[in-house]
Amino acid sequence: MLSQEKLQKIDELKKKYPTTKALVLPVLWMMQEELGHISTEAMKYVASLLSVPYSHIFGVVTFYTMYQSKPIGKHHVEVCTNISCLLRGSGKIVNHLEKRLGMKMGETSKDMKWTLSEVECMGSCGTAPMFCIGEEYHENLTTEKVDKILDGLK
Amino acid sequence: MENIILPNIPDLHKIDVYELHGGYKALRKALEMKPEEVTDEVKKSNLRGRGGACFPTGLKWTFMPKQTMKPKYLCVNGDESEPGTFKDRQIFEFNPHLLIEGTLIACYAMGIHTAYIYIRGEYGKWVKMMEKALADAYAKRYVGTQILGTGFSTEIVIHKGAGAYICGEESALMNSLEGERGYPRVKPPFPAQVGVWGCPTTINNVETISNVPHIINNGWEWYSKIGAPKHPGPILVGVSGHVNKPGVYEMPTGVPLLDIINKYAGGVIDGKSIKAVIPGGSSTPILRGDQLDGVCMDADSMKAAGSAVGTAGVIVMDEDTDLIQVLTRIAKFYYHESCGQCTPCREGTGWLWKIMKKFERSEARKEDIDLLLDIANNVEGNTICALGDAAAWPIQAMLRRFRDEFEKRVKPEIVRVETGAVA
Ligand SMILES: Cc1cc2nc3c(=O)[nH]c(=O)nc-3n(C[C@H](O)[C@H](O)[C@H](O)COP(=O)(O)O)c2cc1C
Ligand code: SF4
Ligand code: FES
Repeated sequence: MLSQEKLQKIDELKKKYPTTKALVLPVLWMMQEELGHISTEAMKYVASLLSVPYSHIFGVVTFYTMYQSKPIGKHHVEVCTNISCLLRGSGKIVNHLEKRLGMKMGETSKDMKWTLSEVECMGSCGTAPMFCIGEEYHENLTTEKVDKILDGLK
Repeated sequence: MENIILPNIPDLHKIDVYELHGGYKALRKALEMKPEEVTDEVKKSNLRGRGGACFPTGLKWTFMPKQTMKPKYLCVNGDESEPGTFKDRQIFEFNPHLLIEGTLIACYAMGIHTAYIYIRGEYGKWVKMMEKALADAYAKRYVGTQILGTGFSTEIVIHKGAGAYICGEESALMNSLEGERGYPRVKPPFPAQVGVWGCPTTINNVETISNVPHIINNGWEWYSKIGAPKHPGPILVGVSGHVNKPGVYEMPTGVPLLDIINKYAGGVIDGKSIKAVIPGGSSTPILRGDQLDGVCMDADSMKAAGSAVGTAGVIVMDEDTDLIQVLTRIAKFYYHESCGQCTPCREGTGWLWKIMKKFERSEARKEDIDLLLDIANNVEGNTICALGDAAAWPIQAMLRRFRDEFEKRVKPEIVRVETGAVA
């Protein structure tokens, strides 16, 4: 399920940790990068690759919020609603997003284009309100700015 | 005071620019000292941890065993997930080599040959920046085997988290690094005895480690004279909320909170008055806006004021803020982030959030005020890790300092009419 290049990277990573189990998080990241989400199949694959029980992999995937065990939209919009963002109007951003995309927080659109999530503090409190799409942080949001960002996404 | 953790030098993240401004000089100097001398220097400087607990760094380093057959590890904590905190991210972006240099010096002082820099998963972009900086440092032989031609060798590995506030707690971080779920461990044993993979381990915050090169370059005496004597040094203060210029500001410790808000962060928006301030990230007890006179950003002053420095994430709330809404959001956060291992935390955080929602909707009963306090008191001190305390403190402080806000949200009493027979 992983490319030759990634398998090679795993071999190099093995030298950096005293146990293979320590590679669980890095390898799960690779799986998610490659497949978009981590399916049951993918979990079983990682389990055999690292010689750890499937139940362990399942436990890890479900513990960490950033691992997706189900397919999500092409663009994952994660809006921070924690206090610094709340104080600077994240509520407005949430409303605007829900209205514009016609969906609620936590939902994925039928065409698999969008997933909307509410997230905890992203470490962007000084540039609140914010959301991130993929790894990209979008800060100091206004509803106009939100429209521009969404318009720019295919 | 000039900025030394985040100096205003363009392109400082590039290794040649960093070297041009004296970068890696401290490493050279440290390698010419004895390891114990390096630790001693840090100890005398009075540097205290910037990860939340203000623990003396040099003292922590002395807990590491000198004679041991096991490998020793350093974990640099860059999980930065405490709401209101966004300072370590600035170091990753603007001064990554300072962190790498500090990490190397810490390893040398404690006889460590492998360090892991654990960075929260959401910081994917900054993980890449750190990886680039680290690759450059490897290429120049600052990291790896026989550093700068000496007999000292250290590997540095960057490890990316995957979304869990609890992984910032040091023992949860170690479990996460081992490939486990981020469950905190029962202490004792402490990490210096039994840490990651059962080996002696030291955990320090990113900003803490970034202070070390400056201490080595300029000496402990110089450092200990910056800011508040018992909690000295530069400190990165992140100001957010209702201020005109939110952001991270470097300053000596001990600056009055009101100066931080008014002089550094440009004052409150529209000149409104301050209703409340959370001084050090969401876990630290809230302060009333009318009680800020003389409260300064150092451990003693904050303690005297009934709060804590925490991560120095100052959250400012103006006169129109709905504090009940803010506290409800904080309660939800701790409920969401509890790892679920201990009953008081798992159940307590859920109940605190539920009751707070009743107040938010003005549906609470008068007794709910005491119930909140009772639950918070029963969570505090009864759990494996300090997340339980961190969930209880904001509630306790708000009840102590803003009880009227709760009373205002009690549903009007349904008056029971006694209909006893009149004889
Ligand atoms: C729930 C919880 C979350 C924490 N999160 C962090 C964090 O994100 N970063 C950090 O440096 N310390 C965090 N800490 C504190 C660490 O446990 C530890 O004390 C710190 O990293 C030690 O570094 P220092 O001595 O340099 O401050 C957290 C503690 C608790 C209880
Ligand atoms: S206090 Fe909460 S977060 Fe900490 S170990 Fe217990 S349940 Fe987990
Ligand atoms: S509170 Fe939203 S980024 Fe910190």
